[in-house]
Formats: sequence, C-alpha cells, structure tokens
Amino acid sequence: MKIILFTIIFTTFFIQALFSASEGLKPMKYNFSFDGILGSIDKNSAQRGLQVFTEVCAACHGLNHLAYRSLEDIGYNKGEINNIAKQFLIDDIPDENGEIKKRNAIYSDKFVNPYPNEEAAKVSNNGAYPPDLTLMVKARKDGANYLRSLLLGYEDAPEGVDVGEGYYNKYMPGKIIAMPQPLYGDDVEYQDGTVATLEQEVIDVVTFLTWTAMPELEKRKSSGIKVIIFLLIMTFFFFLSYKKIWKDVK
Amino acid sequence: MKKNNINSSNSVLEWIDYRLPIISLLKHSAVDYPTPKNLNYWWNFGSLAGFFLLVQIITGIMLSMHYTAHVDHAFSSIEHIMRNVNHGWLIRYVHMNGASFFFIVVYIHIFRGLYYGSYKAPRELLWWLGIIILLLMMATAFMGYVLPWGQMSFWGATVITNLFSAIPIIGEGVVQWLWGGYSVDNPTLSRFYTLHFLLPFLIVGVVVLHIVALHTHGSNNPLGIDRKGPQDSIPFHPYYTVKDFFGLGVALTIFFSVVFFAPDYLGHPDNYVPADPLKTPAHIVPEWYFLPFYAILRAIPDKLGGVIAMFSAIFVLFLLPWLDTSKVRSATFRPVYKLLFWVFLVDAVILGWIGSKPAEGTYILVGRIATSYYFIHFLIILPLLGFFEKTKPLPSSISKPVLAE
Repeated sequence: MKIILFTIIFTTFFIQALFSASEGLKPMKYNFSFDGILGSIDKNSAQRGLQVFTEVCAACHGLNHLAYRSLEDIGYNKGEINNIAKQFLIDDIPDENGEIKKRNAIYSDKFVNPYPNEEAAKVSNNGAYPPDLTLMVKARKDGANYLRSLLLGYEDAPEGVDVGEGYYNKYMPGKIIAMPQPLYGDDVEYQDGTVATLEQEVIDVVTFLTWTAMPELEKRKSSGIKVIIFLLIMTFFFFLSYKKIWKDVK
Repeated sequence: MKKNNINSSNSVLEWIDYRLPIISLLKHSAVDYPTPKNLNYWWNFGSLAGFFLLVQIITGIMLSMHYTAHVDHAFSSIEHIMRNVNHGWLIRYVHMNGASFFFIVVYIHIFRGLYYGSYKAPRELLWWLGIIILLLMMATAFMGYVLPWGQMSFWGATVITNLFSAIPIIGEGVVQWLWGGYSVDNPTLSRFYTLHFLLPFLIVGVVVLHIVALHTHGSNNPLGIDRKGPQDSIPFHPYYTVKDFFGLGVALTIFFSVVFFAPDYLGHPDNYVPADPLKTPAHIVPEWYFLPFYAILRAIPDKLGGVIAMFSAIFVLFLLPWLDTSKVRSATFRPVYKLLFWVFLVDAVILGWIGSKPAEGTYILVGRIATSYYFIHFLIILPLLGFFEKTKPLPSSISKPVLAE
C-alpha cells in the first residue's frame, strides 16, 4: 500500500511530463447561446438535446444528480415530464412482502441510470465506465467547447497509431477514446421539425448538458447584473461620503 | 448625567456599561481609536480580511446544515446544495470564491506589511499572530477543499497528508494517525470536516489577539515613523470606517463579479469528478493560493528536504523582525529595499506560476532558482542590507512630511 502510494505520488510529482505531452488538442470555439454575461440556455435547443440524450446517450450514460422535475426549467410542464419519466423503470420501496418491485419513474424521481451499478456498466462497455454526464460540462476545462469538439472530432487514426480497442479522437487527452462515435447526423427525428444534422445534434446535446451542469446559470447571470449595478451605486455613494468626511483632513 | 465617556442619552446602555463595559470598549477600540491620518489604501486590507472571515463563517454554517460528511454522500450532497437548496448555489459559490478572496486580501495585507516594515519593533508579536492566522487559514482551506470529495479533493488530501511520511522513523505512523486508517477514506473526511468547522473559530480568537496587539501601539503608517502627538492622529470613526466601507464596496464588486459570472474560474474542473481512489488525475495541483509553496516543495529533489523547505518558507517569516536589521521601517526611505521588495514579489509570483506547471525541464530549473532566491532574500539580503543601505532622511513627523531642515 505504502509503496503504491509513494509510486503514485512520485509519478505525479516528477514525471508529469509524460501526461502533459499527451494532452488533447485545444477545443474549437463556438458561440453558444449561454456564453457571455447575458447568455441564457436556448430552451428549444435544450429540449432537442434532451431528445438526443434520451435516444442516444442514455443507452450508456446516466444523469445522476438531475431530477425529472427540474425539466420544468427548460420549458416542460408537469404532465409532459411525467410522460418522459414513465418510460423508465426504477426500484420501488420494498412492499409488504419485503420484495422490491420495479415501477415507472415519476416527476419527483431522479434520472434513471442505464446500468444498476458501475461494474455492470463496465462489463457492457469493454471495461470502460461511461461517466455520468450531469456535471460533464463543469468537469472539463472549457467544457461546452470541449464536448462539442469531441463529438465532432472522430477521425480515422493516422498511420502508425494503434488505438487498440478504442477510437481515435484528437480532442481526447491521450487521443484515444473508449467510446465509439455516438452521433453521425439523422440519429433522431426532431419533434419540432429541425433538421437533425450532426452539428445540430451536437450543439443541442451540449446545450442540454450545460443546463444539467449549471441549472442555475440563467438565474445566476440575471441576479448578477442586478447585484453588480447595486454595488456600483453603493460604492459610488461610499466614495462621495469618504471624500466629504475627509475634506478637512490635511 | 454622563457616566464614563458614553456619548449617549440612552440610560439602558449606561446601565449596562456601568456593569459590563462592552460599549465603552467598542467605543475605545472601534470609534475613538486614534489612527495615523496618513494611511493609504493598502491599509484597507486588514478590515477586508476580517470581513471575508465573517463571510466564510456565515456561509460555512449555512452549508454545514445541508452537507453530508461521508465518502458515499459528500459529492451528491454538494450537488443537492447546488440544485435543491434555496439559493444553495449562491451560498456555495460565495463560500468557494470567498476562500480565494480571503487569501487574496490576506496576501496583499502581508505584502503591505513587508513593504512598510510593519513587522518591526514594537509590532513583532502582532506580526507573529498574523502568521499564525495564515497557517490556520491554510489548514482550514486545505481541509475545506477535501470536503466536496471530488478528484482533486481526494488526491490533494493524499499528496499533502503523505508529506508527513517524510518524517524519519515515525512518519508512517503519523500519516496513518492523520488518516484514521490505511488510506484517505471516510475517517479522514469526517475528521477534516470537524476540523474545518473548528479552525475558523480559532482564527477568530487569534484575530482578536491580533487586534489587541495592533491597538497597543497603534497602526504603522506609510512613512513608518512613530506619531509625535495628537496632531498626527484622527479617530477611527468616521474617517476610517467610511474609507473601509468604500474599500469594501470596491472589493465586493470584484468579488461578486467572479461569483456570478465566473464562479468556477478559480477552481479545478477535476473537482466536479467524484473521487476515485483507483484513478490518479494527470496533474494534481492544489488551489492557487498554495502554488508558491507547492513550487518550493517540488524544487527540492528529496521528499523530506522538500517538506522542510516548504514549512521553512513560512517559518522564516517568524524570524523576519530580526532578520531585517534596518532601523528604518518604510520602504519609502529605503531605496535598495524598495527595489528588492518588488523583486521578491515577482519571485513569489514566479513560484506560483511554477507551482501550476508540471515539474519538468526548464520549469524545474526556474523553480529551483526562484526557491533559492526566496530564502536568499530573507536569510542573506535582508540581514546585510540593514548595514550597507544608505537610507533617505526621515521626516520629523507625520504632519510635517517635508524634511525639517
């Protein structure tokens, strides 16, 4: 145990060179609806993103920290949310015989995970664990741009690169990713009639995942503007009082 | 009828003060307290530090009502705060960024003291108490960063606690004692939570002593000379209260700009990945305010040596009042020291930058040079400078900054 720990620490302290050399490419910039101090989540895009997530991503990835009820934030009403939730089965509390039966998820439940546990997820995915996506945008540097670049960045491996059981993606740190390309365009048929190009699907799902990571984003930015304006005025008055009170000090 | 010196017609307050003189105490130390009249804006940072300590305690107590200190629940309980608790995201972002701003204002406060020689007689103990506050702050911040139980929490805790294993013979035992087990695990998390809750109140205690020591000989000032009489002082209230409020307004504007528009800018994305003891992050970096010390730790190619150097970097500050042999306090009248102060500041910033970089190639060399200079500044330059530096003539008093020829 001791030796293992020391090796790990030694590695990270002195041989970080190896890791940093294999960092992924800097993500491409894109002007998302939620960028900037006045940016907000494009609700239509987020709803389409939910559709992409449910029909494609959710086969392997979970949204552990998100409750169905939160979908109200991106413009669904309670009835619609119950319809979304009831497609998924969840363990009920033990009944009078002590048996745990499955029931349909409802409004107040959290998003149902595709796998019952991490081991089950690994065994179905070549030993790689599909990470939870709730916080993915915050868990990567420049997360929204990174996700968009990654989802658009699948290529054939260049000559001489052995990807093993993985796939080549220059935006992934190490350039090899365990996940096969998930989106190609026309993977879903959008309910609102938008043409489901690859680029469109990616932007929609990134918008949705930005909202799952930062559900407070819109409220934060709009209250931020008010708070800053208030503080600027208050500070200005403090400054005037300061000048007035100090006028005679020489 | 006026008892004591309470300027009030409130007989209830007089009744209380006659028996428990808290009102006259406050009046003595926060209203009438005579303060040098020439303090500049750099003197705002002491009260700002006090303000951010208060912010951390208040938001921290609110967070503690919703947080769960258990390895299986800590990460989700933070997300619960962010999503389900009313204004939880605001409280948590204020607490997260409040720690960074506390360090920013305290570092500025310390560099103010270095520039104007505020550590010199008779303020050595005032300076010591300040360093103790810094040490307590570091311990508190480190343990606080572990609580969300993200990847950086876990691996930061692993790296830092493992430093103690460098102690000869008892090292391994000490580390297991700190962990409460054989690795960073649930006992570690829960004791860090307890200590993270406790230490801020110790900081409050030391802050009180810091203020008592301050008020014994009064504030230093930009000229670094003692006050010659009442004409050099003004009462704290309203002059410095209003100036502090103005400074607070500016600080809050900057602070809330970060909280509302870039709340995760100062943090590390890896801490939004739940802790995984089987997966080491590519770079383990501490929070920005530890980076200079982290650079010093890594500059020494020996584990024990690195740990000693890192702790020495702070403990050398305790010796500073005697290492600096110059009788002149303020850098204003010390042309060479003034230059070297800025060189030292740049050196500290370089150390911070190196701390954020991987220890490889040129970074190692730069880190070693910057680390050497850090100690050379305190241990060689400052003791000698006092003997060789030709200082400028001091003004005769604060009221007459022009030279009395």
